[in-house]
Amino acid sequence: MKVAENKANVDSPIKKPYEEKGLQLVKYLIIGIMFGIIFTKGEIISWFRIQEMFRLHSFYMYGVIGSAIVVGVISVQVIKRFGIKSVHGEKINIPDKEFRKGQIIGGFIFGLGWALTGACPGPLFAQIGSGFTVVLVTLLSALAGTWVYGKFANKLPN
Amino acid sequence: MEWITQPWPWYVAGPLIGLTVPALLILGNKTFGISSSLRHMCAACVPAGIPFFTYNWKKEIWNLLFVLGVLIGGFIATNFLANPETIVVSEATQADLTALGITDFTSLLPSDIFSWENLLTGKGLLFFVVGGFLVGFGARYAGGCTSGHAIMGISSLQWPSLLATTFFMIGGFFMTHVLLEPLMKLVGF
Repeated sequence: MKVAENKANVDSPIKKPYEEKGLQLVKYLIIGIMFGIIFTKGEIISWFRIQEMFRLHSFYMYGVIGSAIVVGVISVQVIKRFGIKSVHGEKINIPDKEFRKGQIIGGFIFGLGWALTGACPGPLFAQIGSGFTVVLVTLLSALAGTWVYGKFANKLPN
Repeated sequence: MEWITQPWPWYVAGPLIGLTVPALLILGNKTFGISSSLRHMCAACVPAGIPFFTYNWKKEIWNLLFVLGVLIGGFIATNFLANPETIVVSEATQADLTALGITDFTSLLPSDIFSWENLLTGKGLLFFVVGGFLVGFGARYAGGCTSGHAIMGISSLQWPSLLATTFFMIGGFFMTHVLLEPLMKLVGF
């Protein structure tokens, strides 16, 4: 299925992707707001929920991530099988992820930080919005980490 | 309407998060991913001529609006839909964390760690500065975070994402069970 997808992309190189501007972008803000509400009401932004997960004391986070994946898998399969197009009439494009060593090394490093901060990048933003303003420092530090990765990306095993 | 102020169960929160995947795909042909926003912010503010940050980040403004929305969503949920009760943390976790020196189990994040007073102390250095750095560095090195790999990547059946997610979990278990106790002792818990 992946081969066919790549071929389709090659076959239509002339079609430029539809570019959304101005007010058309507001929908992403709205989806983000809904997402932030779900994160907060689901208590996924809680440091305690992440600790419970890594201590295997609660099924909660496994239920959240697991059911999100189930819904995601079904949605993507439906989109592919029925050739559902985007609202702009484009073929839906999901770029393939290629194996890199970073998925192992970087993944492990990310996990260390996840357990410390109790937040992956999404919940960081929701924690700040929820009034835990000191998490702004965590966010700045995450930006610094991103920047340092970018600076040394070509020197790291990949 | 009482359900809205109660904490939402996993079978409500999880599927709603999963629905973000088709929502973004159908509404704008966008793949779900949050840590990319950190890269775009670097590209917008301090590209410093680094190839990794030299691209047209303006095309990715949707992603920045999305995370701004997440922040606003956190504000709305906390200020208008908040649960009046204190958070329920499993007893086993409470016992473990009490042993580590955590005393506040009343809100989503323990004030023992997450307060401005801790900023310039070892606690702040560990949980905000080091923790944040590891999240940002690790996510970019891995090419995505929980949203881009665990949810979007696995949803589209990409095995590198399953691999990355496995190592997210291994890293988290290692921190929680091996490093957390000595590190917390080191910073004065």
